[in-house]
Amino acid sequence: MSGELKESPLKAVHEELGGKLVPFAGWNMPIRYGSILEEHAAVRETAGVFDISHMGQFVVTGAGASAWLDGVLTNHVGALGDGEGQYTFLLNEAGGVIDDLILYREDAERFFLVVNAAKIAEDWAWMQGRLIEGVDLEDLSEDFAAMAVQGPEAVKVYAGMVPGAELPPRNGIVRVEHEGQELIVCRTGYTGEDGFEFFCAAADGAAWLRKTIAAGARACGLGARDTLRLEMCYPLNGSDLSPERTPLQAGLGFFVKLAKGEFVGSDVLAKQKEEGLGGRLVAIQCLGKGPPIRGGAEVFSAEGELLGVLTSGTLSPSVGLGIGLAYLPVETAKIGTELAIDVRGRKVPAQIVKKPFYKKA
Amino acid sequence: MNVPESFRYTSDHEWVSIEGDIATVGVTDHAQEELTDVVFVELPDAGRAVSKGEAIAVVESVKAASDIFSPVTGEVTEGNAAAEGEPALVNTDPHGTGWIFKVRMSDPSELDGMMNAAAYRELIS
Repeated sequence: MSGELKESPLKAVHEELGGKLVPFAGWNMPIRYGSILEEHAAVRETAGVFDISHMGQFVVTGAGASAWLDGVLTNHVGALGDGEGQYTFLLNEAGGVIDDLILYREDAERFFLVVNAAKIAEDWAWMQGRLIEGVDLEDLSEDFAAMAVQGPEAVKVYAGMVPGAELPPRNGIVRVEHEGQELIVCRTGYTGEDGFEFFCAAADGAAWLRKTIAAGARACGLGARDTLRLEMCYPLNGSDLSPERTPLQAGLGFFVKLAKGEFVGSDVLAKQKEEGLGGRLVAIQCLGKGPPIRGGAEVFSAEGELLGVLTSGTLSPSVGLGIGLAYLPVETAKIGTELAIDVRGRKVPAQIVKKPFYKKA
Repeated sequence: MNVPESFRYTSDHEWVSIEGDIATVGVTDHAQEELTDVVFVELPDAGRAVSKGEAIAVVESVKAASDIFSPVTGEVTEGNAAAEGEPALVNTDPHGTGWIFKVRMSDPSELDGMMNAAAYRELIS
């Protein structure tokens, strides 16, 4: 990422709250305000709010929008009703992941897409290059501030923010009018907890962040967002997803609907399904206390053979053990397989476990 | 920020406390606040011969691993097993029970190059 860092519309509030800002995906974003462990715990136990203004928003409109989107994305857009959403992938011709995103159908001719910050330009160029007559694509990323409110008390925070407004069902989207301002509210998240993401005019963002905090949410940074998502095995594009790996290899075939008809990359995925995946993204957990395992660490078999490299890794605050993800050859990618992770030359014993690492009690 | 008067400090944000020829070493309050949430401490073995500036311990937070350097030449006499067992001590009591290791110094003149509390306060201000 070159050039100047972009600043969040919520920056003034981050600074007031003592947020530590660091470069992330071309943006200057809060990695934490105080303790990452406490922010993590707040989301698991009460509610936290994350600035996600770096993420991009596209709107696709037109009579042919649904069918066109089904030709460029992996999940089945045609299966959605009004106000419903789905997790999906934008693939390259080789079936590799350009981006993972969430798509919402507002109505039959209007779709709202939330894409990764680092991929806005690439997604845009890829989709723009495939546009057809009767479909319009608009990038509204600059217009919005965005926040994710996550945790068992997220519903309570919502009631405090916008009294009387209804929350959409899981994966749903609604537009809410409040004191002359419009919010787009989506019932989704990246933490494994109940919660919602909302989008407002960039200029109103700072006031909305203060409202979520006044309503009981703790400001949380990207550090906690990463430990929370990794405990759920939610992939991070650029780390766990890449143009060289397909969603099937990432274990996310549920969001790939080959039966819906052809889409970019579908031929490669169909072939891979038939001939075998080669590699598979597995969840790896350390057997005991030890140093945290981190992305980039080499993964060895119990016999000492190099099998792969961690794409993500951390110390799970909820589980209390090192956790990570790695693409391993399918023949070794079985639950219970013992492994050794290299940490500064020391082999840390670990094993493949069932996803996710964290299950709610 | 707590900067005890009696300690010496390094530009790596470590503190050194001297008793006879034993140097006790830890990370400063400022360093632990930058690190946040220490979750793992790796200690040097007692008896290990170390040189000034050598990385001999590791303190890991949720986000990153940081080397801890021996500020003096000598022999390690002890690593802090309490901090190894409860890494959060490095955050809660960095200048006390959260110390990292002790070294028997072979060249006490090495202390002369270190900062006093006033100079360290200046560095982190």
